[in-house]
Amino acid sequence: MTALSLADLDVFYGETQITHAITLAVAEGESFALVGESGSGKTTVLRAIAGMAPDWRGAITVFGKPRGHGIDRDFARQCQVVFQDPYGSLHPRKTIDAVLSEPLAIHGIADNGRCVAEAMDAVGLDQRFRFRFPHQLSGGQRQRVAIARALMLEPKLLLLDEPTSALDVSVQAEILNLLKRLRREHGLTYLLVTHNLPVVSFLCDRLAVMRQGRILEIADVGQLQRDALTDPYARELARLGAPAIAI
Amino acid sequence: MTVPLLDIDGLTVTFPSPRGPVEVVRNLSFTLGRERLGIVGESGSGKSMTGRSILKLIRPPGRVTAKKLAFDGIDLLAQSEKQMRAIRGARISMVMQDPKFSLNPVMTIGEQIGEALVMHQRIARGELKRRVATMLEAVRIEDPERVAKLYPHEVSGGMGQRVMIAMMLIPEPDLLIADEPTSALDVSVQAQVLEIIDDLVKRTGMGLIFISHDLNLVASYCDRILVMRRGEVVETCRAAELGKALDPYTRGLLAAIPRIDETRAELPVLERT
Repeated sequence: MTALSLADLDVFYGETQITHAITLAVAEGESFALVGESGSGKTTVLRAIAGMAPDWRGAITVFGKPRGHGIDRDFARQCQVVFQDPYGSLHPRKTIDAVLSEPLAIHGIADNGRCVAEAMDAVGLDQRFRFRFPHQLSGGQRQRVAIARALMLEPKLLLLDEPTSALDVSVQAEILNLLKRLRREHGLTYLLVTHNLPVVSFLCDRLAVMRQGRILEIADVGQLQRDALTDPYARELARLGAPAIAI
Repeated sequence: MTVPLLDIDGLTVTFPSPRGPVEVVRNLSFTLGRERLGIVGESGSGKSMTGRSILKLIRPPGRVTAKKLAFDGIDLLAQSEKQMRAIRGARISMVMQDPKFSLNPVMTIGEQIGEALVMHQRIARGELKRRVATMLEAVRIEDPERVAKLYPHEVSGGMGQRVMIAMMLIPEPDLLIADEPTSALDVSVQAQVLEIIDDLVKRTGMGLIFISHDLNLVASYCDRILVMRRGEVVETCRAAELGKALDPYTRGLLAAIPRIDETRAELPVLERT
């Protein structure tokens, strides 16, 4: 089954057209990456799907249901976002418990005490952090909270916006491992936005290379790993993103 | 080369905390010639504090002590604040991480770059304008006359960073400290900015301290590397040999980076203590 499909998606910010006819399909259980430089429109695509950029034309379909332009509770049950910066995406005056309980309260789900504890276990956060505030946690722990929050409603599709680019390499490795494990255990589908190609190589099955609001190439991750991308710009991007250290 | 450009012995930076003083940099020693030295480490390893303490930019209650902290034969610890002002910018300058927060928002780019020069020498107005334009050209900004009249919010991040580099390099310092100069930028812009710094380093023969958390970047860009952890140097090596590093912490960091031809099912992580 197709988890997410976009057809001729044009997103506008005011008068300016940001993306041009974005068309792609992500299968259920697949991990798909959108890569490109800043200004390429990759985050805009994700924001349109999440409902944060409501001025769009075309079609967004999630698990067979077309998405409307407004806020949609049923949609939120299916699809959640993890943002880039764990320092900015958590409310500074709410405890971890409050952050994680809120989606449940909004959707009228009872017994949130147990759910919160389970979500914290799932992302490897110790229970002693439950009544702490975000400033008392490290960057990696905050990103775990952000992932736990996204998982509270048991969505099937996660939109990941540069989930590790604000983190140190060793913490990045922990979060990437966590995302990989969660996908396997919960049967999640990922749409990952990033400019870091080695991360795509580790976490994804396919990728789309974007530039100036258009998709240049959709390829299997194997092509990225074997340096077999066809588009010249995509190849250049892969070359720049490749690490230089030989171990 | 007799006197090294920078000679540091036993540098320690201490901050007080409720549980007693914390040494964020501990007994750090190195010398720097006219070369490119990379300092890498995770957040909190003390790499930025090292850069700042060379310029004596650690504000109280932080305290800097060292057996020796000499720049080109000058004992920096003995310099007064006024004497330091003559060194900062003119002889040692520092490029910060984020152009958005480091440029003055109410001053045009041309004025800001010019100010860096006027602070340290008397210069005729026409000459100043010409030097600013030449410097903007050196950091590959097209149409420098137009850009000099713009305000920081009117340029992109990459351009802002190039403006900051121009500002830091116009007094022709002997030592440039670059603290994560490209981490707020895109990969392609990043390559461009590094190339500009590299070109200027080669041309003017200045020393460079490049502070970054990105091991790949540092390895491909510097001559020599210090790896820091919790305020201490755990490894010093030639950049080309970083891949052969022996220290378990350095090896752990290297292994944690995903690769473009990644086939591992799981990335190794560092043990936290």
